[in-house]
Amino acid sequence: MNTANQTSDIILDVRNLRTYFGTGEKAVKAVDDISFKMMRGKTLCIVGESGSGKSVTARSILQIVDPPGKIQGGSMMYYGKDPKGVDLAQLHERGKEIRSIRGHEISMIFQEPMTSLSPIHTIGNQICETILLHQNVDMAEARTRAIELLRRVEIPNPQVAIDKYTFEYSGGMRQRAMIAMSLACNPKILIADEPTTALDVTTQAEILALIKELQTSYGMAVLFITHDMGVVAEIADEIGVMQNGKMLEFGSAEEIFYEAKHPYTLALIDSVRKLETSARAARGSRVTDKKLMEIRNVSKIYPARSNFMGKPNPPFKALDNVSLDVFEGENLGIVGESGSGKTTLGNCVIRVLSCSGGEVLFRMADGRIADLAKAGTHELRQVHREIRMVFQDPFASLNPRMTIGQIVGEPLLVAGTHTGEALRKRTEELLAMVGMPAGAMERYPHAFSGGQRQRIGIARALALSPRLIIADEATSALDVTLRSQVLDLLLDLQDTLNLSFILVSHDIGVIRYFCDRVAVMYKGQVVEHGPAEKICSNPDHPYTKALISAVPGTHPRDKRIVNRHRYDAAAAGIQLSGS
Amino acid sequence: MSAENKQATTVAAAAAAEPAAATVNMANLRGGIEYASQWELMWARFKKHKVAYWSMMFVAFLYVVAVFAEFLSPFDPEDPSSRTVYQPPQMVKFDGFKPYVTKFKLTRDPETLKPTYVDSDEKTYLRFFVPGFEYKMLGLVPTNLHLFGPAEAGEKVFLFGSDRLGRDMFSRVIYGARFTLSMGLIGVILSTVLGIVLGGISGYYGGKIDWVIQRVVEFILSLPTIPIWLAMAAAMPRNWPPHLVYISVTVIISLIGWTHLARVVRGKFLAMRGEVFVIAAKLDGCSEGRVIFRHMLPSMASHVIAAVTLAIPSMILAETTLSFLGLGLQPPAISWGVLLKDAQKISVISAAPWLFLPGVATVLAVLAMNFFGDGLRDAADPYSH
Repeated sequence: MNTANQTSDIILDVRNLRTYFGTGEKAVKAVDDISFKMMRGKTLCIVGESGSGKSVTARSILQIVDPPGKIQGGSMMYYGKDPKGVDLAQLHERGKEIRSIRGHEISMIFQEPMTSLSPIHTIGNQICETILLHQNVDMAEARTRAIELLRRVEIPNPQVAIDKYTFEYSGGMRQRAMIAMSLACNPKILIADEPTTALDVTTQAEILALIKELQTSYGMAVLFITHDMGVVAEIADEIGVMQNGKMLEFGSAEEIFYEAKHPYTLALIDSVRKLETSARAARGSRVTDKKLMEIRNVSKIYPARSNFMGKPNPPFKALDNVSLDVFEGENLGIVGESGSGKTTLGNCVIRVLSCSGGEVLFRMADGRIADLAKAGTHELRQVHREIRMVFQDPFASLNPRMTIGQIVGEPLLVAGTHTGEALRKRTEELLAMVGMPAGAMERYPHAFSGGQRQRIGIARALALSPRLIIADEATSALDVTLRSQVLDLLLDLQDTLNLSFILVSHDIGVIRYFCDRVAVMYKGQVVEHGPAEKICSNPDHPYTKALISAVPGTHPRDKRIVNRHRYDAAAAGIQLSGS
Repeated sequence: MSAENKQATTVAAAAAAEPAAATVNMANLRGGIEYASQWELMWARFKKHKVAYWSMMFVAFLYVVAVFAEFLSPFDPEDPSSRTVYQPPQMVKFDGFKPYVTKFKLTRDPETLKPTYVDSDEKTYLRFFVPGFEYKMLGLVPTNLHLFGPAEAGEKVFLFGSDRLGRDMFSRVIYGARFTLSMGLIGVILSTVLGIVLGGISGYYGGKIDWVIQRVVEFILSLPTIPIWLAMAAAMPRNWPPHLVYISVTVIISLIGWTHLARVVRGKFLAMRGEVFVIAAKLDGCSEGRVIFRHMLPSMASHVIAAVTLAIPSMILAETTLSFLGLGLQPPAISWGVLLKDAQKISVISAAPWLFLPGVATVLAVLAMNFFGDGLRDAADPYSH
């Protein structure tokens, strides 16, 4: 390979790019002196945790950094039509040149398709507008092209779908429409900023496969921004790892995954690979055969409501005859996509929501059996001392007006078990259990990061020495490296405090790592349940198979998503009562 | 995560790494930003809003004036004098360090007998802490000391001019502040209690009770306010003593004023009912009362206070309007509205424009309170930036 050939393969050459927010001493260096090259027809993944500067990098290329952000230096040579290249950093951000490149030669798709598509125009109009803006064609021609694009992104029945509005599309369809729009002008580079983060795992797999396929047929270069190492392993040819605005490591997918040098990269890969094993098996689980909770035929039905035309919608069954057992010392995982009813189940079990039917039998510490579905206020209050909840959002679940000490001590104070000095001591003890310093007591929640707040939430759950903890997506809002830390903390606590868990999650990795048994939910029903090991590696139900095979792997040599199993409820002939 | 939030976390991280740094005074907060309660954070944000800050100072000053009205006014506001009818305001001048005003001489047009005031060379010297009419400081301590007044007893000084009975407008405006401002405050307290209770019930329980309360609110809001005031004020017996009139006017104003507050409170309750930390509090075993008073109300207190502050000026305006129309307070009670009643006639305004000064005072007070309330609202909302 000679040098001339090498340069002609480069489509974008970023050197010493610096994008700062603010000026002078106080400037936040969002992108601090980074360099990378993008090759024609290849995928570059930039990976990093929230706040690492990966999105700002992508936005800098198109000069759409939000003010006060500004490119302070460096060059971005783009080799498009002009073989000598254009330095994007030198172009004026509102100038003609950048506008002809933006959306035309380099286009971008965003994380949340709902906010990047206009709600008041049809999908077709929005795609046609992009075409008309950059290409010299008439409306009829543009429409034909738009239909063709929708067909290319596998939207069923494109002739009809083109005249629909954004809200008539599902999340995955919207992202497909966004991709269709960005492909409208045959871009040379596609920048995708976390395009699958808001999507379910099966939809994510489909979008990733679609991007991959389109890339090959269009010969685009793709710059893919993500925080998920699994996604990176599936699609990357080259990888850049960012932290605090700096590019820590840059190399081919194989180099990064198998020969990473930087400890941060290693930690990132480890934290994902760790979730491919089971911590329960390694620790030796102490599941007993004593039933702690029996969930019997629980349903949650939202009654029929007529729409504004007076036409009644059918009642919505969020939970349909769900029966599950939880044993003492066991970790039960509930997994499913959004809308599958898994969170509703968690909320019904603890009676945040009331069940429409069925029983939730809980064996209390003193041997009594309480039915949570029917318990009165007094009984419920007693049960709530033994069943506690850890919430998904560590920011919303702590009262901003109370100090950490007050938050963690609240259940003790209300239960009347501790007061004064004893309360203070117990609170300190609880905080120590979750690895928080005693000095945290006087501070307010805003002084802590997401991971620390989640620890505080766990301390609050532990306050009354519960026997069962329901963790509803307790790790979803955290960065990957924190995720396994929090799970390990919960497992450590389980060993010392004799706890059982119900973990609700959409993340198969988290479930596999943490749980003994798994129930898979789909459209309000439990379609399969069994030992975690078996469900996560060799499931029986076709839906579970599809779900598991859509989970991105961690080995770039083994691209799972391309060979994934697809599930079609209608084709599989699955009888789902009520649907 | 907002930039501010991020900053807070980094500051916290820095402080955790270096315990000594935690004691450094950050952003003028005791013990550093990570120990700051929401109130302290709100105060820090509020102080950055200069206009609101100085408006607050001005409002505080007005209320101090209202409390110490007797001490600050040089003359008894009810003390008439036939020799000083419609005397124009006098400018304070300085003779070295001694402040004085030049005396006006009353002359009458020999034909029309119209009084005109002409400058004379005579000086009335002013002094601080002079004895004057007797009163009780704060209603407790009997004294006759006043902040300032003419150095010689029996002399008169009219900084804001005098009215048709020759009474000192300056003293009357100060006395008027007492009635008008306290009426705003008491009216708002009444509306706040009504608004929080009814809005709270409406938002917390929802359902049918919410429907009923909201329809009542809408009904009251749909009533044209001035005719209602007129009707209610007209129903008040004319021979009631001033303090009874004062109380009933306040009640009338606040009966209508609570509706906006009830809506604000209801909206907050509705939004907060679904907040995760409220669910967490319920799961902690808190009783309904504790959930509302310990967990929900403190979180919305800042918003409610801002809404209340913004409601005071409308109360003041309502009082002024009613009294101006002759339906609110009646002389001999003194409020800014009552004082403005004297400025109803065009002939009076052209002859004695200083009778409009209570109007200027009203505008300044209302503006300051609006700025103050706006600043509070912005500071109370953590997502405003």
